[in-house]
Amino acid sequence: MENIANIQVIQNIVYIISSVMFILGIKMLGKEATAVKGNYLSALAMFSAVGITCLSLEIDIKIILAGILLGGLIGSLIAIKVKMTAIPEMVALFNGFGGLATFLIAWSQFNEPGNSIYQHVLIMLTIYIGGITFSGSLIAYGKLSEKLKLGKGSTITNIFISFFYLSMPALIYVVAEPSLSGLIPQVPSYFSIFLVLTLVAGIGFVMPIGGGDMPVVISLLNSLSGIAAAFAGLLLLNNVLIVAGSLVGASGLILTIIMAKAMNRTITNILFVGYASSSQTGSSEEQGEVKPITSDDAYLILENASSVLVVPGYGMAVAQAQHVVREMGELLEENGTEVKYGIHPVAGRMPGHMNVLLAEANVSYDLLAEPEDVNPSMDTIDVAIVIGANDVVNPSATEEEGSPIYGMPIIEVHNAKTVFVLKRSMSSGFAGVQNPLFFRENTRMLFGDAKESIGQIVAEFKD
Amino acid sequence: MEIYILLGFVLLLSIFLGLELISKVPSTLHTPLMSGANAISGIALVGALMLSSAGQMQDILAFGAILFASINVFGGYLVTNRMLSMFKKK
Repeated sequence: MENIANIQVIQNIVYIISSVMFILGIKMLGKEATAVKGNYLSALAMFSAVGITCLSLEIDIKIILAGILLGGLIGSLIAIKVKMTAIPEMVALFNGFGGLATFLIAWSQFNEPGNSIYQHVLIMLTIYIGGITFSGSLIAYGKLSEKLKLGKGSTITNIFISFFYLSMPALIYVVAEPSLSGLIPQVPSYFSIFLVLTLVAGIGFVMPIGGGDMPVVISLLNSLSGIAAAFAGLLLLNNVLIVAGSLVGASGLILTIIMAKAMNRTITNILFVGYASSSQTGSSEEQGEVKPITSDDAYLILENASSVLVVPGYGMAVAQAQHVVREMGELLEENGTEVKYGIHPVAGRMPGHMNVLLAEANVSYDLLAEPEDVNPSMDTIDVAIVIGANDVVNPSATEEEGSPIYGMPIIEVHNAKTVFVLKRSMSSGFAGVQNPLFFRENTRMLFGDAKESIGQIVAEFKD
Repeated sequence: MEIYILLGFVLLLSIFLGLELISKVPSTLHTPLMSGANAISGIALVGALMLSSAGQMQDILAFGAILFASINVFGGYLVTNRMLSMFKKK
């Protein structure tokens, strides 16, 4: 008996140390100079917390070893093999697995005899948050990897959305029912229905949300997986779960807010309304003609430019053009041109997506600038090259009050002396809003695959 | 009851601490931070190891929880590390 008590004391002390390491780790992860160390520290915290938990185990050691080894193998393989362009969907997938783990933990606790009313409430909340995180993340994974094409408006989506709204009163019912009746049900019939309903609700939660809003959804699901872990910690009376889970919840929440601000929309608008219902076409009649350009002409202009700003968007990720973009940047610099990269926070499909791609292509991160750094000096830029970005450079956001994206902070490339827009076709961006930038006097359209177009410019430079 | 109030207090304080710690993150680190935080949410592994074993059903649930939390932990930390190693000043 005494022995067990001692083990518990030791475990709790190690949990406290781990919690401190998690706190320091995530703090260091937020600064460029210390980020790598922060990640190691947080991994060490994880290792200590898991290791010390193994001092008192009830489950068969074979099950544990099999689970950890197999999980470790699968996780490591995915992490090593994944291409940097596929990072958004991979983060979504891992996130979903974390949610699934808490879902299963709560389910297992439910099967234990003698739960108190408090435990019952926590079990239901953990199942709900964990389940929504799991199935929601899977849908996000499907959307990001473009395996799932269903969107807002289809009948199937609407059915799932109805289940999402239905799940909320259901949650209230399963949480409140035992306290009202005074009975903690052992295995009531509604429990299995609730399990399924939670999973279906997660699908309905994410399915109607469009691709361009994914940075917000991923951050939010990230936050939810942390909150689910923290609730599981309350349930199991384990403080390291609570602290670590809350930290994740907070960091996800901050990213969610940053992303929503960068779109000048509220989180509820992104999650439950979407662009479609707010869009009313503004003055789309005064468009005029676009001025196409060939890569030969583009090369001649670039050769004489003294400052160039590259503004990448999701199109660069799709075309996998980050390496040729870096090559072009280097050649321009050799030619005496000052090159900068203007990165909008919501360009791409997850927070910081463009930064990761350019880092992969070996672009030094001090060349990457945020909108507020490049906008004031935009009129001194000779050429702004927009690569597969659309809504984040749409001047309607600053000029056209009726536009659905009015008020969204953008990179004001239209103020540059010349703008090149690399685009596959004239289709509008994710928001479905026409972009007057394409029709501006100083804009030249370079149609075609971004990788090929830039490749040609690079080839010209080398000649 | 007291224990839940106490732990609920820990939960709230940690959330506030997290919000303070991460409120100013350079956008270069948005993805690594998200993926690093994602790895931390694999702490559910500790919870999974605390489950009890009573019958086949419970064993299956525990195995599933351990398996998926482990994928989250290993995959999350490795990919964050891979990503961070690409961020260099030249």
